[in-house]
Amino acid sequence: MNDHEMNEMKKLFKEALSPMRDAELGRDLWPLMLERLAAWPLRMPWWDWVLLAGAGATILFVPGVIPALLYHL
Amino acid sequence: MGLLARFAAGDVEAFEALFRQYQCEVYRWIMRIVRDRAAAEDLTIETFWRMYRAHARFDGQKGNCAAWLRRIATNAALDHLRRARREVPLPEDPPDAVKTPAAERSELQQTILSAMNRLSPRLRVAVLLALVEEEPYDSIAQALGISVNAVKVRVFRGVRILRKELSAAGVRP
Repeated sequence: MNDHEMNEMKKLFKEALSPMRDAELGRDLWPLMLERLAAWPLRMPWWDWVLLAGAGATILFVPGVIPALLYHL
Repeated sequence: MGLLARFAAGDVEAFEALFRQYQCEVYRWIMRIVRDRAAAEDLTIETFWRMYRAHARFDGQKGNCAAWLRRIATNAALDHLRRARREVPLPEDPPDAVKTPAAERSELQQTILSAMNRLSPRLRVAVLLALVEEEPYDSIAQALGISVNAVKVRVFRGVRILRKELSAAGVRP
């Protein structure tokens, strides 16, 4: 396909499809954004779960660390 | 502390200020790609949502917020096109109906849109932005995160496929 054919296609597209560059947003979307933010579930990162599981396993298998743990808390 | 630095630190008021500043620009950019008002509104929210979640990765001192948002918006629009890759329903005209110029234009528009919808989203976006919206190649390249040459290749490949599809549908430029 040469430049001439490319220009022909460009002309065809422009005849049929209007550019959307002037599309206007009809309303403020901030209220919807706030809803999205409010619906965000509180997620704990996976490494926090690993730390929690490690601490739980330590307490379960080595109960002797509980006083030391409480001291550091 | 500047607005961008406050946003990067997770300040919601700074995020709101950026949202209000850029929502129209982001919406217009997405409209150029998806050409659907309802989808463009949803994708504008999705863009800012992705921006908000990634605030810690944004460099408030050096970062260009508009360019960053445009890149996120383009990715969100591409994801949408991948999910919603479907045919635009063709109008059911009787075959021997007398066609007005407006009806002919509408039919041509539907045929072109239908052919475009069969393109892969990445080719479709490049063709739409370059040939219909007349966006400069470097701007498209920046939004897609690829080189200018890669954009040119996508446009060329997309137009070549469209030319074949349209010829098969009886449309010749």
